[in-house]
This record gives sequence, structure tokens and C-alpha cells, in this order.
Amino acid sequence: MNEIVPVVEMTDIAIGFPGVKALDGVDFRLFQGEVHSLMGENGAGKSTLIKALTGVYTIDSGAITVLGEPQRFSTPGESQAAGISTVYQEVNLCPNLTVEENVLLGREPRRRGSIDWKDVRSRTREVLAELQLDHIDPGSLLSTHSIAVQQLIAIARSVEINAKVLILDEPTSSLDADEVNQLFRVIRDLRDRGVAILFVSHFLEQVYEISDRMTVLRNGKLVGEYLTRDLSRMSLISKMIGKDMEALAELDQAPARTRAGSGAGATPFIEAQGLGRKGSVSNVDLAIYPGEVVGLAGLLGAGRTEIARLFFGADKADEGSIKVKGASQKIRSPRAAIDKRIGFCSEDRKEEGLIGDLTVRDNLVLAMQASKGWARRIPRRVQDELVAEYIEALDIRPANPDALIRNLSGGNQQKVLLARWLVTHPELLILDEPTRGIDIGAKTQIQKLVNKLAADGMSILFISSELEEVLRVSDRVAVIKDRAMVAEINNDGVSVEDVMTVIAGGAQ
Amino acid sequence: MSPLSTLTPRTLKKPSPARSRLRGGARYAPTLATVGLFLAMFAVGAGMYPSFLSGQVFLNLFIDNTFLIVLAVGMTFVILTGGIDLSVGAVVALSMMVSATLLQQGWNAGAVIVLVLLIGGGLGLLMGLIIQYFDIQPFIVTLAGMFLARGLCYVISLDSIPVTEGFFTGMAQAQIPLSGDLFVSPGVLLALGIVAIAFFVLHHTRFGRTVYAIGGNEHSAMLMGLPVKSTKILVYALSGLCSAVAGILFSFYSLSGYSLAAQGMELDAIAAVVIGGTLLTGGTGYVLGSVVGVLVLGIVQTFIAYDGTLSSWWTKIVIGGLLLVFILLQRLFARKAG
Repeated sequence: MNEIVPVVEMTDIAIGFPGVKALDGVDFRLFQGEVHSLMGENGAGKSTLIKALTGVYTIDSGAITVLGEPQRFSTPGESQAAGISTVYQEVNLCPNLTVEENVLLGREPRRRGSIDWKDVRSRTREVLAELQLDHIDPGSLLSTHSIAVQQLIAIARSVEINAKVLILDEPTSSLDADEVNQLFRVIRDLRDRGVAILFVSHFLEQVYEISDRMTVLRNGKLVGEYLTRDLSRMSLISKMIGKDMEALAELDQAPARTRAGSGAGATPFIEAQGLGRKGSVSNVDLAIYPGEVVGLAGLLGAGRTEIARLFFGADKADEGSIKVKGASQKIRSPRAAIDKRIGFCSEDRKEEGLIGDLTVRDNLVLAMQASKGWARRIPRRVQDELVAEYIEALDIRPANPDALIRNLSGGNQQKVLLARWLVTHPELLILDEPTRGIDIGAKTQIQKLVNKLAADGMSILFISSELEEVLRVSDRVAVIKDRAMVAEINNDGVSVEDVMTVIAGGAQ
Repeated sequence: MSPLSTLTPRTLKKPSPARSRLRGGARYAPTLATVGLFLAMFAVGAGMYPSFLSGQVFLNLFIDNTFLIVLAVGMTFVILTGGIDLSVGAVVALSMMVSATLLQQGWNAGAVIVLVLLIGGGLGLLMGLIIQYFDIQPFIVTLAGMFLARGLCYVISLDSIPVTEGFFTGMAQAQIPLSGDLFVSPGVLLALGIVAIAFFVLHHTRFGRTVYAIGGNEHSAMLMGLPVKSTKILVYALSGLCSAVAGILFSFYSLSGYSLAAQGMELDAIAAVVIGGTLLTGGTGYVLGSVVGVLVLGIVQTFIAYDGTLSSWWTKIVIGGLLLVFILLQRLFARKAG
């Protein structure tokens, strides 16, 4: 297929946002009649590349050619006019309009200046029939259909446009197995008719099932372009996370934890059975005992944070059950979780955790005050004592209770966030990426602190993208893949490579 | 501009592609509820006051509210996109002041009308541009527009200015006879013509469907490659233009210009649109519903007038109550649909 001109060719693409290079010198080629997967962890630049191609973002430098024509898109309309059509994860159609209108919106056939609704109806029927979707009533409101059907309607819209390029951005993330099969049938059908399809998904197995080639991105840079059949799951993962096997094996030399598994025989603090939420994660069976650290391992986007959110009640589970200290419980809200002594240090400390414009003291007191109720103000003297205690215990720098949070370094912000939860004496502490973006010294301090807290009897759920860190801290590791928990490993001398093998491990 | 034959209630029942699209489903429930309410109120009125059940009482609802019908048309476009236009009442007053002043100075009526339309459309266009390009809430921008237009009225004159010009007084007195001794004013034909055009534009042109799409999901509409920016700007320009037309119609009706006129009329227009079944969140509603909304407001006033003992402020109280009921109804419908 080397002699064929690519349908889409992007060369040396760069896009920057204030403070970030989202894409840097990325090349990408898409050929007629192929399904091409764009792979990379969250933040690797997949979405940015797609948005460059669909005209949502304008490229800073580089060149885009579509069917041999150089293009420079600045609106989605221009990209569509060039034959590129996109179906997004959250279906981008209008729920208040009918199926037929959504298929033809903006391109309605007209007669003498008036929309010809009969023609709209017949053209919609035609394209739905082409995709074997005749069962969909063109006159029904879009909002009466499931997300899966809405996605198929979005695809019908691009078929109607006669798109040469179809981009599917995480199309399967909220579909069940049958719906995925139906979608794949349509995708294969379109591919065989010569449409070039760009497929983005976090689900490794689906990527291997549907795609012919893949392009891997990491941190906004191109890693390479490969034939799917030539790239093993193992090497794909190592390309995505940017470490080769040997290096991973060496890193694993770091001393593993030597704490006795304290759980055996006792009642777990929290126990989830078959826990899941439609469109989020499924099949989580996980118990955490007092004094135990359980790590969640998996690629970014595999569903780690989603599990944490279910445990904390930030999302409501719709399947499975949770037991807290042996008693069946429903955790309906973060408030309920806090009442059951569960704490959650979120991944995004700026957005969800800390309030940058308040001081260290204010942030610490906030959590404490919330747990006491707003009516009973905590006396200044008690505040001072507590704040001083935690600043010392966690070595927060500067050791000034009145410093503004946003002026602290990332590591120290993280410690304040931790302290904020520790003040409320949780029995289960969920730490989502507690060491991301902080320097090595603070990282070690936090890892040590996790050990110490567990030694004092706290249960800890530890989430990190760095597998070696997960292995260093955890007693047990739950492996998350494709939004489900796939394995649980006792951490007795497990290597990073072992975990990677599980993540890459064959078909479901 | 008088294709009003397409608009009498009788011919509306004629099946057309758009009619078949309008048929069935909970989509029309809020609007149908308004029609039912109107009919019920008319029936109650007829029961209480024998003279209520006359064709002319019905026609007077149109004659007395031509300006509100036109305002409600413009407001329907704006609200369908999910926006709001608070400036319309003040633009009505400004249009009246400008016409009255210029007519007093001997301007030609045609020239005055063209100028007023340009001012109204221009103000709307300006507000639309600010809303779109500075990404500011329509509420704030049109609130500023309201103060600007009202302030300009005071600059022109604090006193009421009578209109004695021939064309305007002619329009004020003209009656167009229908069958029997029934009649309407020329303003009614104009207002209904505008409603007919608005109906066509909303349901049979790409611009109209884009208005609905923006109200349904603006981001999606943008990603589908629809001309979101220009449509949003145009919608405010249209509303400004409708306000100017309403100002002229109000001048025909009141034969004066007064800087305090049409106070709160923007809220009447919004109330009519909402009572007519258009969701304030945008994307759902019909311009014909808005017309029925205006008629409901009109019939409340008629009731108060027939009663004779009630203060006219009861109109406001009843409208407030109706508005609340209809917004709650909308919420219920939305929940069921969701």
C-alpha cells in the first residue's frame, strides 16, 4: 500500500496551548479502506490531533493534505467540506430534533427556497437502509434513542455527507458488547467501501480486533506507525508508556515493601463485589483490610479513577454491592462516604481538592469544619495546634500556616491535601495519583507516609500510573484493564514486567 | 406582506409536510395545553358574560396586542436558541419616541418607518455581535441594551409627544371589514403576516432549523458545521427588527411617543413565549404557540375589563401565576422526556 497516496497526510504538526505543547512534530497518515487506531495514554495528544483534523483547533505549524489537496482548517465546517466527518464519544447531535433532521442538518435538500421534507425523509431512509439500520424511525426524536443508536445515527450522517474520512473518538466507551458488535459491523462495512477510518479507543482488545494499523503518540510526540499484526500488545504498551522492558525490569530492583499482610482472617474495612457502573467500569471485586495498602495498576484511562469514584460515592454504582466493615452499605454521595470514614485525595488537586486562594490553615480547617458541621466554629487555638501538628508531621514547606496554597510547590500542595483528609481520621484513604508532578524527594516522603499510615491501621487504596511505585507501596495489586478489574496479585516479589504481562494478556 | 390566508385557524388544519411533522407526540403537549387553556378561558368568559362570545371580542384580542404578537415572534427566535432579549420593551419605546419626534418635525412617514427599522435592527445586530464575539451572557448584554434604549428615550424628550401625521392617524383609525360587522386593523394583518413568515423561516429553511439546533446543543451544532455564529447574531438582529415593527404598531395604536411607554413589555413578551410552550432552555417550541400565549395574556386583560371592579394589576398577578404553572409543566414534560 506504499504507492497509494494517503487520504489524509499530516506532516510535522505542532499545536501549543499556554504552557503546554499539546502536539510537537507529529506525522500521521491515513489510507483509503483501512481502520487506523490512534494510540496513547490520556494527554498523549490523541484528542488534539483529532481536533486539528476536524478544524476545532487550528495548527500552529505543519501541513495537512486531504486527498492530495493542502488544507488549513479553522472551522469544523471546512473540515467537513473536505470530506472529514467525526463521531465523538459524547454524541454530538441535537437531542431536540428528529433522526432525519440530525442526519441532514445543514444540508437539507431544498426546493424553491423551502426545505423539501419529503426528500429529507426518503434520503434518511436510504442511508439508514444502507447501514442496515432500517428499524430506526426517521421521524422519531433523537433523544428517544439509546446512546448506541445515536452513535449509529451520527455515523449515518457522515455516510450521507459521503465522507471520505470517518473519525471515531472513543465510540465504544458507553456501549455494551452487543452494541459494540453492531458498531464494528458498520465500521467494517464502511471500510470495505473504501472509507478511511480513524479509530480511537482505550480498549486494547477492541483496537486489536478492528484496526489494521496504528499510530502511537506519547506526550504530544510521535512514537511510530505500525501494522497491528506486527505489534504485540506488550510492545504497544511499552511504546505508550515510554519505557522498554529492560528498563522496567531494572527499575524493579527497588526494594519492595516488607510489611506483613495484616489482613488475613480479619474483616475487610471495605469489600466490593461485582461493583460497576454502566459506561464507566464493571466487575470490580476488591477487598481492603485495615492496615493494608492495595494498589490499582492499569494504563491511564483504564478505569482506575472511576473505581475510586465509585468507592467514594462521587459516582453512583448501578451494579454490585459494597460492604463496609462487614455490613452491606450503599454509598450514595461523597458526604455518605465521609460519614463512613472514607477519604479521597483526587487526581486533580487543583480542580477538585485544594482551594488555591486560601491559606494552608484554611484548607486544613475546611475539611475539619465540614465534618463538625458549620454551626460549631473551631476555636482559633485548636486550629493553630492542629495545623502546626500536621505541618510538622508531614514536613510541609514553608512551615507557615498563612501561606497561600497556590504559592506552594506541587509536592507540598499534595501534602496539604493529604493532611486535610488525615485531620478527619479516615479509616480508608483513597489516593489517586498522589505523587504526580512532584519532585522525587516529596515523592519518597509521601510513599513513606503511606506506609506509616497503613502501619497505624489505616486502609489505603493507592492509584498511580507508575507501576514501580504501585509495587513499592502496595501489599496487593488489582489490575485494571479496559474498564474492568481483570486480576488481583499478591505483591510478594512481583515485578513490573509481571504486571505488564497481565495487562497485555491475550483476549478477554 | 399579507399571506394571512395561510394563517387563519381553519387553513392551519390543512395537511402539509410540516403539519405531518407537527403531529403527534409529547413534543406539542405544552403548546396544546396553552390552546386548551385559551379555549377554556374563552368558554368561561362566554358563560359569565353573554356578550363575551362574539367574534369581535376574539378579534379585539389581536387588535389590542398586535405589537405584543410581533415582539413575541422575535423573542421566540431568541429563546429557541437558548438566549433572551430584555431590550425589546425599551426598543419599542425608543421607536415610538423617534417616530413621534421626527413626524412632529415634518418628516415623511415612510422615511421615519425605514429609519426606525434600521435603528431597531441595528441595535439588535450590535447586541448579537457583542454576545457572540465577546462571549457575554445575552441577559447582561440585552440588559445594557435596555438601559441604553430607555436612556435615549429620555434624552429625546421627557414629555409625551402626540402624533398627528396623516398616515399614522389613518392607520390608527382604519378598519378592515371582515364578514358581517366584524373588522380588524391593518396592524393585525401585518402582525399575522410576520407570524406566517416566521413560521416558514423556522420550519422550512436551514436558518430556522439551525436556530433549533443551537437551542438543542450549541456545541454539537458547531461541530456539525452549522453556521452557529451568524445565526446567533442574526437572531438578535431579528428581535431588534421585530421590536422596531412593534414600536411602529404601538404608535399606530396609541398615536403618541412617550419615554415611559412599554415599560416591562419585554417581560410580557417572554411570558407569552413561555406560556406558548417554548422552553427557556431553547430548542423546543413553536411560533404559533407564542401567538396563542399572547392571546392568553389578552384574554386575561379582557376578563379584568369585563369584570370592571378588579384593579388592572390583577392582570399581572394572573399572568405571574400562569407563568409559574407553565414553567412547572415544562419541567414535568422535560423529566418525562428525559
